[in-house]
Amino acid sequence: MPTVDIQSELKKAGALNKGRLGELGFVARRYVLGTAGLIIMIVFVLAAIFADVLAPYDPLAVNASHALARPSAAHLLGADSFGRDVLSRIIHGARISLAVGIGSTLIGSSIGVLVGLTSGYLSGWVDLVFQRLVDILQALPLLVLALVMAAALGPSLKNTVLAIAIPLVPTVARVIRANTLTLREQPFVEAAKAAGMGEMRIALRHVLPNTLAPLIVLATAQFGSAILTEASLSFLGLGIPEPHPSWGRMLSESAAEYVRTAPWLVIFPGMAISLIVFGTNLLGDAIRDFLDPRQRG
Amino acid sequence: MLSYLVRRLALMLLTLFGISVIIFLLLRIVPGNIVDVLFDAAGFVDPADKLKIEKDLGLDQPFVVQYASWIGGMLRGDLGYSYVSEKPALAEILPRIPITARLAVLALTFAVAIGIPLGVISAVRQNTRLDYFLRVISLAGLSLPSFWLGLLVLMAAVALFGAIPIYSDAPKSAWDAFAMYSVPAAAVGLRSSALIMRLTRSSMLEVLRQDYIRTARSKGASETSINYSHALKNAILPILTVIGVEAAFLIGGLIVTETVFNIPGVARFLVEAIRWRDYPIVQNLVMFIAVIVVTTNFIVDMLYAALDPRIKLAD
Repeated sequence: MPTVDIQSELKKAGALNKGRLGELGFVARRYVLGTAGLIIMIVFVLAAIFADVLAPYDPLAVNASHALARPSAAHLLGADSFGRDVLSRIIHGARISLAVGIGSTLIGSSIGVLVGLTSGYLSGWVDLVFQRLVDILQALPLLVLALVMAAALGPSLKNTVLAIAIPLVPTVARVIRANTLTLREQPFVEAAKAAGMGEMRIALRHVLPNTLAPLIVLATAQFGSAILTEASLSFLGLGIPEPHPSWGRMLSESAAEYVRTAPWLVIFPGMAISLIVFGTNLLGDAIRDFLDPRQRG
Repeated sequence: MLSYLVRRLALMLLTLFGISVIIFLLLRIVPGNIVDVLFDAAGFVDPADKLKIEKDLGLDQPFVVQYASWIGGMLRGDLGYSYVSEKPALAEILPRIPITARLAVLALTFAVAIGIPLGVISAVRQNTRLDYFLRVISLAGLSLPSFWLGLLVLMAAVALFGAIPIYSDAPKSAWDAFAMYSVPAAAVGLRSSALIMRLTRSSMLEVLRQDYIRTARSKGASETSINYSHALKNAILPILTVIGVEAAFLIGGLIVTETVFNIPGVARFLVEAIRWRDYPIVQNLVMFIAVIVVTTNFIVDMLYAALDPRIKLAD
């Protein structure tokens, strides 16, 4: 696994003897964009964890007298047509976005790794069948497959996670398979075989750990597209159902009416989605540079 | 070459067959069919009526029979009838295609016109402030959800012109038609341009390291000529190969953008049909999309081999 040697970089910059904080400061200055991404992600994770404490109102509390209230001291980001506080809904929405992002990336990657590893390691007819299945899943755009799956499973958080996870499988399976194919020919695999190791053990203990770098790079990218897809599904009314405060749902089709009358209902939830995905992308680019310097641009 | 072509075509058909099975099954595990959707709205209705309607629509038949009649019909050019409008599915789908196609072409033009030059600039000025700026901008572009970008464009239109561009069937002039399509196309294209820009940049960086670029420089070719005629020409091929990915990306953008702008194209129609459980429309539209993606990938592969003499298609 090609990695950046932080220790030697630190020494070169003379930051090695400045203590932990000095090292951290050096890394942050060296990878400005990645650090920015990390900070954005930490903010959203904290918002999700402490949503109950941070949110000024109950995100589901309806208050007719505050319907479509403009942003003010009482409602910092305004209120929606039911008088629900937009800021509180956005803070609680972080939970849904992160849950969908983490859930579908985990499920999608796990299945993808399983398929890719078996496919690349066993080859033969198993590989052939898996490859055709991957082809089939890949012939449909992510959103189209997710749309049909979400409609088939019915709107709920669990089903949305699943509907997004399955379309993520083929990319992971492809990358892991290609990696496994090259790894299988490596001397260390042969050595393990010569030492009498079982195939299963070789696949799990020697091949899998070596595919970790591309997997992490891919998973960060997929995390971002999972969040975007959830937002699109919910926007189209086929994702997270009401009254859950999903950012995409908050922007649901009626939003076009509010463009003129209540722009705060359009601007803020969209900013939340864009910011969390931007954070993921910044972090993902930094991780890619870090784990795979060949790709560094 | 010929055997490769035949094998590729066979694989294509296999993939399309697989998609048809998956989509068909997915739509049938949906809880509640069109009859339930219609009856929900009507409140209590005689169960006998419900059975009769299901029978009329062929929904009481076993899955295999329903599937066979769909595929059989499709091969004869009969896509069945929309459950909602009761018009032939073909008559519902066909008139909507040109609307989406115009939007897609315009969006793609937009994306290429912005993405490629910016990608080249970014690569040539690698690691300068300009490069960082462009990279952050493109990453930000990829982070915006398409529908939100659409809503922002709407907002800008309201602020600038005081009105929202409304779709009309018969625009007064070619100029009106262009104006009507270009606003939503910009919303779709902006995101795609960010993707194209990133691809162009990494592809250009790869090429700029090659020996023949050094040779061109040493023979005294100007920087502009090196960047655009030597490097870009070679960098464009890898960009071409991801047009399939690009097409899939574009379709996702079209679906939400047509919904935001209320454009009666096929992409929005798919969402409507899914909501109404209008199986004949949904399954045919999904197949249509799959055919487009699969054929695009096929053509790109062939084009790649035709354009790059280093690639030989062996079996």
